[in-house]
Amino acid sequence: MDESARRVHIDLGRLRTLDAASAALLLELRDELRERGLETEITGASGRVDSILELVAARPHGVTPRDKRAHPGVVEQIGWNTALISRFGFEVLDFVGRTVVAAGGAIRNPRRIPWRTTVSLMERSGADALPIVALITFLVGLVSAFQGAITLHRYGADIFVADGIAIGVTREFGPLMVAIVAAGRSGAAFAAELGTMRVSEEVDALRTIGLDPFPYLVLPRVIALSAMVPILALLGDAVAILGGATVGVLGLDLTFTAYMTETRLRLTFWNIATGLIKSLAFAIAIALIGCKWGLATRGGAEGVGRATTSAVVTMLFSLVIIDAAWTLVFYAWDI
Amino acid sequence: MPGTSDPHISVSGVAVGYDGEVLLENIDFQVRRGEIFAILGGSGSGKSTLLRHLIGLAEPMRGEILVDGAPPALGSSAPIAGVLFQSGALFGSMTLGENVGLPLTTWTDLPPEAVEAVVRSKLELVGLGGFENHLPAELSGGMKKRAGIARALALEPPLVYLDEPSAGLDPITSAELDELLLTLNRGLGTTLVLVTHELPSIFAIAGRCLMLDREAKGPIALGAPADLRDHSRDPRVVAFFNRKPAVAEAES
Repeated sequence: MDESARRVHIDLGRLRTLDAASAALLLELRDELRERGLETEITGASGRVDSILELVAARPHGVTPRDKRAHPGVVEQIGWNTALISRFGFEVLDFVGRTVVAAGGAIRNPRRIPWRTTVSLMERSGADALPIVALITFLVGLVSAFQGAITLHRYGADIFVADGIAIGVTREFGPLMVAIVAAGRSGAAFAAELGTMRVSEEVDALRTIGLDPFPYLVLPRVIALSAMVPILALLGDAVAILGGATVGVLGLDLTFTAYMTETRLRLTFWNIATGLIKSLAFAIAIALIGCKWGLATRGGAEGVGRATTSAVVTMLFSLVIIDAAWTLVFYAWDI
Repeated sequence: MPGTSDPHISVSGVAVGYDGEVLLENIDFQVRRGEIFAILGGSGSGKSTLLRHLIGLAEPMRGEILVDGAPPALGSSAPIAGVLFQSGALFGSMTLGENVGLPLTTWTDLPPEAVEAVVRSKLELVGLGGFENHLPAELSGGMKKRAGIARALALEPPLVYLDEPSAGLDPITSAELDELLLTLNRGLGTTLVLVTHELPSIFAIAGRCLMLDREAKGPIALGAPADLRDHSRDPRVVAFFNRKPAVAEAES
């Protein structure tokens, strides 16, 4: 542009059409030139072009651009993440505390628990999960026995497959596999159910009726899973042992009686009890995490999806941590 | 702000918001006993947020909200107010009868037959007689709202909050709902506080209204709807009542 020019004339006389983005750009250009002290005019617009220009010009604020935040530095990121983790930690403590208080209240006054809902949840998370638990634990027993048999057969120690399966399944695989199934089925369902209730204001409605969500929504789920997961784990143990016996009988020429006799020798009280203790811990963790994420849901259907995904990921991570912690405790106690 | 000798709700110097961010501040008003009071404003002006604070679902960042002379508290005793949420918020796993009966079974020792009778009468009051065994999923939007009102009225509270009762309803259903609210107010003397931006409903039932504005971060008008429409000089209020964009109103 000529430096001496003091007037800009934008003639749209031959323009037949214009989109909103171009109109906004043109108006922005006009305003910027005016700010620089140039007399600027847009003329000749007619018909559709004029209408679009008028429409865009009528929006006083236009589209607000997003904040162009500078990329945070490493120290700032560490700070933010530390704050987030601390806040999450406090929220978890708060949630667990409220659940414990609700449990205390329920012990003093069991009528506070909606038992009909609790029984229904037990049926859904227990009886309805039986086929999938049976299938998975049978296959785990089968595959574990097969892997063990490959090595033990070389040493003529086929019968010890039964020992390995009995101990491994009752102490480790049975409870863990059942917990993973419970997390995927019940834990995810808890997060989705409570998340949907949260976004559809049902949780708020409960509170306005005077019902605390903890005894009314959280405790029934904790009770249902705590009762059902150990039972499922016991059944899963039995089915996994049957899976191992299948390999023993069909692949290793062991008799069913010999396999089960060896298994019974290894099934001590503590082998079963440690598995059940783990199962109970898994169940409580799954229920609490599902409910925590569900009740923290924000933002409609998308929020429910996000909460459910986060709940399942947190559950799986927690199961591994809890499993490792209990294994160390049992090792330290020599049981 | 007009004062009353016996306010049902008293709000003074209140600021509300979330996560440390103030959404509305300098809120002062009173709701008279037996009044129909509307909270108005455009989308995002904080109407529902203010309502949550009045109900007691959230605590104000500053100031004081008193209902019957005490801060609203949930859970410790029988609710002092019924609430209709925007979506109805009926419990999906319960029938309408169970939904309406829940406050009664929670807070009264009425025998099951008496609870059933009360539930039937409340559902008949809102025009849903015979729907006791239906699930919420089987109802239309208007029916859900009416069922929500029946649940809010189960304990016959002297105060009922309604969050956008007419939103998403056709004009006839909306008018029927307005009639129902007027009947409740005149027949039972129930104080009604409703959040809405439906002009026909505001003019049909509201005695006074408080108008909120997002830019102003607080109330911009308080008074009878017709007075505000006819006498307010605030272009935002005039624009709202005349259904015009605020900028055009300011320019004219």
